Amino acid sequence: MRRAEIITAVLMAALSLYLMYKSAELPIGWIPGEGPGGGFWPFWLAAFMFGSTILIAVNWFRRKSPPSQSEDPYLDSYGMKMFLLVGGGITGMIFLVEIIGMHLAAAAFLIYYIRFLGGHSWKVTLGISIPAPVITFLFFDIALRKFLPTGLMDPLYIPLYDYFL
Amino acid sequence: MSGTVRGNKVKNMELLGLLSDGFLLAFEPLNLGLIILGVVVGLFVGAMPGLGSVNGVAILLPMTFLVPPASAIIFLAALYYGAMYGGAISSITLGIPGASTAVATTFDGRPLAMQGEADKALIAAALASFAGGTISIVLFTLFAPPLASVALDFGDPEIFALMILAFATFVGLSGDDIAKTIFSICIGMVMSAIGFDIISGEPRLVLFDLIGFQSKINFLVLAIGIYGIGEMMWTIEVSRGDNMMSKVTVSVERVLGNLKIIWGTWKAWFAASFLGFFVGILPAAGATPGSLMAYGVAKMTSREPERFGKGAVEGVVAPEAANNAASTGSMLPMLTLGIPGSPTTAVLLGGMVIWGLQPGPRLFVTETEFVWGLIASLYAANLFAVIINIAFIPLFLWFLRTPFTILAPLIFVLSMVGGYAATERMFDVWLMLILGMGGYLLRKLDYPVAPAVLAIVLGPIAEPALRQSLLISGGDVMVFFNRPIAGPITIIALILLFLPAFQMVWKRYIRKQKAVES
Repeated sequence: MRRAEIITAVLMAALSLYLMYKSAELPIGWIPGEGPGGGFWPFWLAAFMFGSTILIAVNWFRRKSPPSQSEDPYLDSYGMKMFLLVGGGITGMIFLVEIIGMHLAAAAFLIYYIRFLGGHSWKVTLGISIPAPVITFLFFDIALRKFLPTGLMDPLYIPLYDYFL
Repeated sequence: MSGTVRGNKVKNMELLGLLSDGFLLAFEPLNLGLIILGVVVGLFVGAMPGLGSVNGVAILLPMTFLVPPASAIIFLAALYYGAMYGGAISSITLGIPGASTAVATTFDGRPLAMQGEADKALIAAALASFAGGTISIVLFTLFAPPLASVALDFGDPEIFALMILAFATFVGLSGDDIAKTIFSICIGMVMSAIGFDIISGEPRLVLFDLIGFQSKINFLVLAIGIYGIGEMMWTIEVSRGDNMMSKVTVSVERVLGNLKIIWGTWKAWFAASFLGFFVGILPAAGATPGSLMAYGVAKMTSREPERFGKGAVEGVVAPEAANNAASTGSMLPMLTLGIPGSPTTAVLLGGMVIWGLQPGPRLFVTETEFVWGLIASLYAANLFAVIINIAFIPLFLWFLRTPFTILAPLIFVLSMVGGYAATERMFDVWLMLILGMGGYLLRKLDYPVAPAVLAIVLGPIAEPALRQSLLISGGDVMVFFNRPIAGPITIIALILLFLPAFQMVWKRYIRKQKAVES
């Protein structure tokens, strides 16, 4: 945890400097007749961010913050496993949205999680994985006309839209 | 003197007469049915991440042309109210704020649900919303026109001072690492600046030259990422596979016991109702800063501020009372001045113009029936909202009793769908995943994530207010100190901001004194 604290502080300091650099693409000073330039606000906020990371590093050095005192691992084996399985599952679902659309990708993700990570029976898995996307389709696409992405499956949805809308 | 008293009596009688006429209109069968329908629809729209009252009102606005204008506004106002109640439901049960106004409710509502006390949090939210709604409608009835003129005195320096106060309540009162809290606020504000400069319109902070960053980051993308993905990842790790949410039960004894506890927090919801109403009437402020400040004030005045963030009932009642009060307050400048106090009232204002009504000071004279019918319907909507909300609590609790290995993927799916529905851009769905994962990893190191979410909401209000203030003062920061309203607000904000430093010096002094004595 202690090592993660200082690595994160350094990364956040680098991010702050990058944000200061990007902000400075617009004027950060006073423009006569216009007031502060467009980069003024984000530049100084990023500068405050940078200042905060220096303080975090000082606290780390003086062992003032709880993470800087802790010798526990940042992510233990269980945490790492779940991070990869769950995070990977969500990433896979978003990839699938682009191909098979939101509703089918959601069904695939639910099957993956409920059956393989949750260890539930196929009956429970399908009892949730099939109605859930149907409900989201009826609520978002049909009732609220918020059309969710359909990916390459678009032709399959046309008759449904024709029927319901 | 007696003439003034008699004059006031006549005025009060006139007010009661107008209000009773309004009730007659509100309780017509069609309008009563519309109130109930509006509340139910609003409750579900508000509880759905990615959709808020503004979506509900905007989507259903065209359908209101089928009924008379008074019935239309009554329906939409009831929907607005229902959505305010509904926002708390997803904050408490799922840990995802349904709307920005319910962010502060998540801080303590979610920990209460995790401790198996979701019923207490839901009842507290419903009753506090009712209290906030009722107090604000009474204030609305009595003081509508004079308060509208006070709101007009709020210029850019006052708005910016108010924003500083909102953040100061977080920094100054946080028991967390202050450097990390400041970092969190600043990164949220910078994220709100991504896309383009709101004054010159030039592209700004287009990170890594990605086209997706040419548009601003929607608040919901960050909120759903942090709370829908980050929070669930956190829960999965902490629970170690156990079902942490299965202990919730509901019984008459528990409800009565909870009512007692909630009544004990009356100071928090009473003060929050006034604060929320006042912040609500300010143009461009609205329910989010109101609920945030109410949370800060409740924490500041509590005898045990360390309980906040860990499941304090006051941490639920204060923001809920404030956001409902603010929703009523935001209707005041809309009706009396034609200035919307929130995005939802902006849509309502558009509706009024389409219905052939002209909002402004003359509305109270020319459209008496409409105005008082609306005010009376707010009383009725508030009453029905609390009844319907409490009636649905067993349904929400049933949802919570679902095994976590089923609830978690459903929340992930809902987050994806809600995140997409908010902006209809796949870029934002990816961004939501990155922000959620990043938020989870930062939270493990005690970086508070809530201030970042609030900052992305308040940033777009604070920046133009600061820049306009500096422009009118020629760059002189004294503009925030030498104005009668901005000055005291700024000074209070600065005191709160430096409170931890004062406390530290004071504690050191006491420790030294004790050492000398011993």
